[in-house]
Amino acid sequence: MTILVDKNQLVVPGEVLARGSGVDVAGGVYRKKINGETEIIASMIGLVKIRQDSVGVVPLEGCYIPLEGDIIIGKIVRVGLTSWNVDIRGPYVGALRVNSVLDRDFDSLRESLEQVLNYGDVIKAQITYFDRTRDPVLTMLGRGLRKLTHGRLIDVDPVKIPRIIGKKGSMIQLLKNMTNAQIIVGQNGRIVVSANSVEKENLVISAIRKIEAEAHTSGLTDRIREYLEEKNKKL
Amino acid sequence: MTQDKISLLLDDGRRLDGRELHEIRPITMKSSVLDRADGSCYLTWGNNKIICAVYGPRELHPKHLAKPDRAIVRVEYRLATFSVNERKSPAPRRREYELSKLIKESLDSVLFLEKFPNGTIDVYITVLDADGGTRCAALTAASIALADAGIPMKGFITGCAVGKVADKMVVDLSDVEDKDGQGDMPVAMNYNTGEITLLQCDGEFTTDEVKEGLSLAIRAIGEVYKMQKEAVLAKYTQIEESIDDLGEEEE
Repeated sequence: MTILVDKNQLVVPGEVLARGSGVDVAGGVYRKKINGETEIIASMIGLVKIRQDSVGVVPLEGCYIPLEGDIIIGKIVRVGLTSWNVDIRGPYVGALRVNSVLDRDFDSLRESLEQVLNYGDVIKAQITYFDRTRDPVLTMLGRGLRKLTHGRLIDVDPVKIPRIIGKKGSMIQLLKNMTNAQIIVGQNGRIVVSANSVEKENLVISAIRKIEAEAHTSGLTDRIREYLEEKNKKL
Repeated sequence: MTQDKISLLLDDGRRLDGRELHEIRPITMKSSVLDRADGSCYLTWGNNKIICAVYGPRELHPKHLAKPDRAIVRVEYRLATFSVNERKSPAPRRREYELSKLIKESLDSVLFLEKFPNGTIDVYITVLDADGGTRCAALTAASIALADAGIPMKGFITGCAVGKVADKMVVDLSDVEDKDGQGDMPVAMNYNTGEITLLQCDGEFTTDEVKEGLSLAIRAIGEVYKMQKEAVLAKYTQIEESIDDLGEEEE
């Protein structure tokens, strides 16, 4: 196997990353046999990720693909008789059944689902089931899963979420500690920010936008710390 | 017709706009120009101005169009009313339906549609100013917008037309050469793999001319491909450079 690119190199779809057999592929690439030789080719814009015997691309653009277990922030787009449809910012609409929201019996003849969650409500939920043949199934039974009633809701690129959270949550902790804001991050690229003043909220949002724009660069946590220190002085 | 009256080559052998026979027009490309779209591109190719927006993968309506094993691609190629000499009616014409269809089929071949069953990827292309070769330019712009939207793909589709003018094979025809020349042959391909995804031919060519035209087109596509790649990465390299500059200033 020969690897033709450097670690963390920016690549575009179609670029050949490695030749030869015995390479595992991670995400963002595909394999193709050309003249009897296997080539590993990038399928997305991103940074090259090389581990011992695997090559992949960490994408810098992309939509949210639901994954079982993901905590997401969704918006109710339809209220049915016994279930809701939730916009999860992905290619599919999430299904939320009444027994995944209330841990008691629900009588659809006497009660209306709108009293529980209405059109337009923002919720923090978890994906319990998804296999691409059916729409993702959500639940709100779990620690911290609830209807979100206050704060500012912002949309970010879903592929940048790991960077906003940081290694072992370092970046999000930094943001929370330096601004005393409450930040709820959904894996689907939605973030709810609430702080005790609008200025603080603006600061957090501008820091998040900065992380989003500079996600492909190194030394980002330090730069964000400096940025927050500088801006905090002015507040 | 008037063909023998119009001379499409200057006395020194160059073309009416001063280009050499095998020279392409100046091209600029910029990705992520639209905020609302998932991916977008603005491209100028000579006097052509094209803007392209990509939405998706997203839920498909009406549902009966959905394919259970893959996403579908919907392409809408439109000429703006002011893009041509005489005002064009905003309603789509035969030509626009045809170009939408062939751009769709060309893009279909490079996208990993099976990753998004039941979904759709919508590509909207608007030609703001048309001066020959818009189908190739539109395909080139659409690939950039698709990559910008983060849709997994095998590689870029890059296009360039070749044609015959005054019995000579020329690359990248302008509107006049397209209309008054002897023939044109738009080619689009996945440059990395060498797979041709669009090949049309209008006019009269000999077998040798077709062969020559194809090799000229492939060479021109190679040039455009390099620009395409730079345009897609420009967004990121600019940020990297600005950070490097800041670092140097501090030191």
